[in-house]
Amino acid sequence: MSARRLAAVQPNYFSFNEKNIAWAKEQVAKYPIGRGASAIISLMWRAQEQHGGWLPEPAIRYVADFLSMPYIRAFEIATFYTMFHLSPVGRKAHIQVCTSLPCMLRGSDELIGVCKNRIVSEPDILSADSSFSWERVECLGACVNAPMMLIGSDTYEDLTVKKFNELLDHLEADNFPPPGPQNGRHSSEPLGGATTLTTLPAEEKIKRRNADAL
Amino acid sequence: MPRLIIDGQEIEVPKGITVLQACEMLGAEIPRFCFHERLSIAGNCRMCLVEQVGLSKLQPSCALSVDDLRPGNDGSPVKIRTNSRKVREARQGVMQFLLINHPLDCPICDQGGECDLQDQAMAYGVEKSRFHENKRAVEDRDIGPLVKTIMTRCIHCTRCIRFMTEVAGVAELGAIGRGEDMEIVTYLEQGMTSELQGNVIDLCPVGALTSRPYAFKARPWELSRTESIDVMDAVGSNIRVDTRGREVMRVLPRLNEGVNEEWISDKTRFSWDGLRLQRLDRPYIRKDGKLFSASWQDAFAAIACCAERTFANRIGAIAGDMASAEEMFAFKDLMVRLGVKSIDCRQDGTSLHPDLGRSTYLFNPTIEGIRHADSLLLIGTNPRLEASILNTRIRKRFLEGGFPIAVAGGVPDSSADLTYDYKYLGSNASLLEDIASGSHEFCCVLEASSHPMIMVGQGALRRPDGRALLVLAAQIAQRFGALSASWNGFSVLHTAASRVAGLDLGLVPYEGGHDVPSMVNAARKGALDLLFLLSADELDMSSLGAAFVVYIGSHGDAGASRADVILPGAAYTEKSGIYVNTEGRVQLAHRAIFPPGEAREDWSILRALSTVLGQTLPYDCLESLQEAMYASAPHLSEFDQIRSESARQVEALAALPVSELDSAPLGSAISDFYLSNPIARASAVMADLSFREKSRREAAGQSDA
Amino acid sequence: MLSDENRIFTNLYGFQSSSLESARKRGAWDETKSVIEKGAEWIIEEMKASGLRGRGGAGFPTGLKWSFMPKAGEGDGRPHYLIVNADESEPGTCKDREILRHDPHLLLEGCLFASFTISAHVCYIYIRGEFIREREALQRAIDESYEARLLGKNSVTGWDLDCYVHHGAGAYICGEETALLESLEGRKGLPRMKPPYPANVGLYGCPTTINNVESIAVVPSILRRGANWFSSLGRVKNSTGSKLFSISGHVNKPCTVEEEMGIVLRELIEKHAGGIRGGWDNLLAVIPGGVSVPCLPAKECWDLSMDFDTLREKHSGLGTAAVMVMDKSTDIVNAIARVSYFYKHESCGQCTPCREGTGWMWRVLKRMVRGEAHEHEIDMLLNVTKEVEGNTICALGDAAAWPVQGLIRHFSHEIRRRIKEYAANPKAEGAVSFPVKR
Repeated sequence: MSARRLAAVQPNYFSFNEKNIAWAKEQVAKYPIGRGASAIISLMWRAQEQHGGWLPEPAIRYVADFLSMPYIRAFEIATFYTMFHLSPVGRKAHIQVCTSLPCMLRGSDELIGVCKNRIVSEPDILSADSSFSWERVECLGACVNAPMMLIGSDTYEDLTVKKFNELLDHLEADNFPPPGPQNGRHSSEPLGGATTLTTLPAEEKIKRRNADAL
Repeated sequence: MPRLIIDGQEIEVPKGITVLQACEMLGAEIPRFCFHERLSIAGNCRMCLVEQVGLSKLQPSCALSVDDLRPGNDGSPVKIRTNSRKVREARQGVMQFLLINHPLDCPICDQGGECDLQDQAMAYGVEKSRFHENKRAVEDRDIGPLVKTIMTRCIHCTRCIRFMTEVAGVAELGAIGRGEDMEIVTYLEQGMTSELQGNVIDLCPVGALTSRPYAFKARPWELSRTESIDVMDAVGSNIRVDTRGREVMRVLPRLNEGVNEEWISDKTRFSWDGLRLQRLDRPYIRKDGKLFSASWQDAFAAIACCAERTFANRIGAIAGDMASAEEMFAFKDLMVRLGVKSIDCRQDGTSLHPDLGRSTYLFNPTIEGIRHADSLLLIGTNPRLEASILNTRIRKRFLEGGFPIAVAGGVPDSSADLTYDYKYLGSNASLLEDIASGSHEFCCVLEASSHPMIMVGQGALRRPDGRALLVLAAQIAQRFGALSASWNGFSVLHTAASRVAGLDLGLVPYEGGHDVPSMVNAARKGALDLLFLLSADELDMSSLGAAFVVYIGSHGDAGASRADVILPGAAYTEKSGIYVNTEGRVQLAHRAIFPPGEAREDWSILRALSTVLGQTLPYDCLESLQEAMYASAPHLSEFDQIRSESARQVEALAALPVSELDSAPLGSAISDFYLSNPIARASAVMADLSFREKSRREAAGQSDA
Repeated sequence: MLSDENRIFTNLYGFQSSSLESARKRGAWDETKSVIEKGAEWIIEEMKASGLRGRGGAGFPTGLKWSFMPKAGEGDGRPHYLIVNADESEPGTCKDREILRHDPHLLLEGCLFASFTISAHVCYIYIRGEFIREREALQRAIDESYEARLLGKNSVTGWDLDCYVHHGAGAYICGEETALLESLEGRKGLPRMKPPYPANVGLYGCPTTINNVESIAVVPSILRRGANWFSSLGRVKNSTGSKLFSISGHVNKPCTVEEEMGIVLRELIEKHAGGIRGGWDNLLAVIPGGVSVPCLPAKECWDLSMDFDTLREKHSGLGTAAVMVMDKSTDIVNAIARVSYFYKHESCGQCTPCREGTGWMWRVLKRMVRGEAHEHEIDMLLNVTKEVEGNTICALGDAAAWPVQGLIRHFSHEIRRRIKEYAANPKAEGAVSFPVKR
């Protein structure tokens, strides 16, 4: 991680929309009275979502005010947690490529090459038409489906350069293909068919077993 | 009491202390950066690691409480090693990590010579670096005109953040980012606003946060150090004045657990540039409305000329806010010899009076004793502005919990930030009558507390109905049990460093004499012809009519610009003298440098003047003056002591009748913290701070509107 | 090989629905009340007897951990909290994800049992920010459970529990339990010093137990089927039961699979992951438990038993049982440099050795990848790792040091070779011959 800075150009104002205000109050209510600060990450995340995928400076202040926290404490949060994007991201998609060891072993560097060639040469800046941006991220927690990436809320897994190029073609055409593994498997089972969980006991048998054991 | 064996020596230590403190009790030196006695424990620098025999991991001694040490199975005490090979290696390792990204720019660093990192690197470091990578560079931040940042030097101990959040009570500093890219910043480089921010300079163990006004001015080994007492407020903060040649280079705090712990306010720390500016360095005489420099003889002759043809009952004498006890004693002595009855040290017109007894004008619980209080009522005071250091004690007590605070006036509304939560009762003085009569809702809080504290400020006492408010405060104290044998919670907060000594020495009008408001009134009406001002600058000088004004003081401020004769005196750093703080604590300030030009110490001016006026004062040196003063006020010889006074005096005060109250809102005695005295008003640094504060207030006002 | 009969995570791959109805068919939320009625003491004893060790990496016995909490009625009135650590972020580890999205009801029922045992009426599940769909799946499961009054007030299970999802926003350190508490309280995730331990002073200063997702999710099965059943699984001492293994890297069919503790690595890889790419002769090294544990060279892997003790004897660790396989095409120095970069990126910056040491180790390794170093720097690097290890507030410092120590222990010859090649022809393009890249 390198020094994180706020974007030079910022909106003048940020406020939650009505729906999010109600939602934010629900979040605060999850925690004991006087512990509203606990909700800061979820509120900032919602602010980022509302603001098109990045967290502007007025939103940091807005969330701090919402939770009665000093601005500097909110600023600390916004810069400590790397999912908060402090500068604008691609309008259509911000592509987060996992480059940690398991993905690296299975070719994430080549996917980065595709990003550089097709989107923009540097991470964390916008493509020429502002549609896309990309960054390298640390482990996204789908290592057996490496290499993979997070686009929006969805992961695209088991990628190859060819598959990623196809994916980008789709995204450029505003067409989000189904997320998950791109090599035909269902989730994290071995490709070609699960080696386990093929002979599951029937419900009645399970219940009888439980009743007997207790 | 827990027992432990440190480096082979067995020791019994008080409960609750840390292993680090236990080691120090035995004289085992433990290096540290992040640990500070007055801040929360961070345990992040890892310099203080010690070995606890039996544990494989070294333990941070700053964070390890002796209470948490489990004795061995046979009940044998825990063994701590502070100097084993393992410990030494770990320290070397940590020191190396601290240094790899530190710029080692000591030759151009203001911290050089008094740097914890430098000292500890010498003691615990290795001689050669093994680090061959590029060093980290960190952007410097503008965090205000007082604290200069060179953030590449930062070792991330977070002392500054903890001080601002915990002690100063203003969460203005934080650490953004993470890992090796962590940076200490203010929000969007906004300047710090706290009146205590300068303390982070002392706290910073390296040269990351240094004094901006002092930047590149001097090296610590060039400076002479003089122990002194601050006069910017009535707290009496213990300070050290560092001088080079004839100039004060900086002011630093001295440790005094009873007064300022180890903090000082920014006004105390940074108004030293005002000691060089606007100075009166020779006598002046006014001719045809203009001041001309003159010789001492001519100045004295002009005064003598006026005094000779003036009756004593048409002469007034006012002592100002920063005068030492000695000069006030000599001042009064001279005036009495001249037959003058209109003598007063209460230039703000406060209604305190020595005849009511000493405990009616003191901060009786003492500053340290604030921690014993369990409720607080503030009347007509904003302690954050009037006594910032004392305010940190209130905050400290507040943070411990169980300390309800109510505010009656002193601040305009409940939005004022005193650094603690409080209930704002309003600013109408009549609410005090409700509390005194038991009909106010806050009464039940006072009722429930065993050590209530009633703190009354000069914002209330200087009003025309100040006496009534003083009596009401005493009545409230009496009603709610603040005047018991073991606890006197009646607290008068002074704002002037000289005031308590002035009252102790009886600088109040003799029978038939005028007090300050009436002297001003008399002068305006032409009933007072000659007025002596001993560094008194906070009067309405335009209302003095045609009176002949003699000003003795150090700065060309309000008094000097009205004066007909100016006798140049010494500022507090240029004279030795006794000051009595708001608690009644007697403290001695030492002279650090000589006054500039022809200026002289004030007592010697008065001594010389007395001869010219034919009433020679019988002391030729400060010591003999002090002897005379001790004879008249013996407690002034008891340095760093507070003579305890009887609460009976406050009870007697409570029995006095209450006259009708004024309807004006209760304010604070201080409107601009940074410009509250002539030295601060001469300081460019204070002017800058005042301007920034004003701009901030205006901006906030606009955004509210 | 574990039989399907004995598998706990029967919807690991999501072939069936994750809904309550479907989970019930697989046995979740069955006999819940009967278990509660047996009492907290019984549960703690069962958990201790089962031999379950925490699945988050440190392997601390779960039953013992629960027993540290103040007992019901003995507390001082402070509420108790259960926190589920779903901040799964260590490279190689992706087991909790499958539970969260495919079998969330196992987790929730486990939360209920754990909360009951430690007298907590509130449970927070701290899920990493990047698991957005997983968070949604978990929230759906919670909503269903509230609807069925399995959670919430007046629960049909006999214990009222409010269960909330709390998410992070990208910080590996928040998987450290006290950093997680800080984050949950709305601050930066800076680990706290211990003591005090969370069981005494945890969330909001109250007694708190923090468990990994998998540790909690196996609890219902253990309690229903008995400690003996669970402890009979597993092939070695001190490591009982079944465990989710994630096998990634250079295997033919990377996958997550539930297997017995103590399964031999070769069997695990051959049976489930389709073998090593290019065969076992092509194996270079294996990281057996997430990137925080030292790698093991091929010669150590042949009959490696995947359990806590064996791996510790081999100077590595079971960690989260995230097996990363590297074949001979791998630039091992670069791989460990990448791991070092991860720790530099994720160091919270609070304490000195980790803040400064992680960056230093990474930078030296980066030079060593190119051979641009001196031979004595290998010893120096090892020395730096020792100065980080054990001297930090939390275990991230150790975790950053161990992989580098593993590299030096097993592959210092490779570093030396590069240094020599580089020294012979410095600065030239291709001065060092790397393993062939795919």
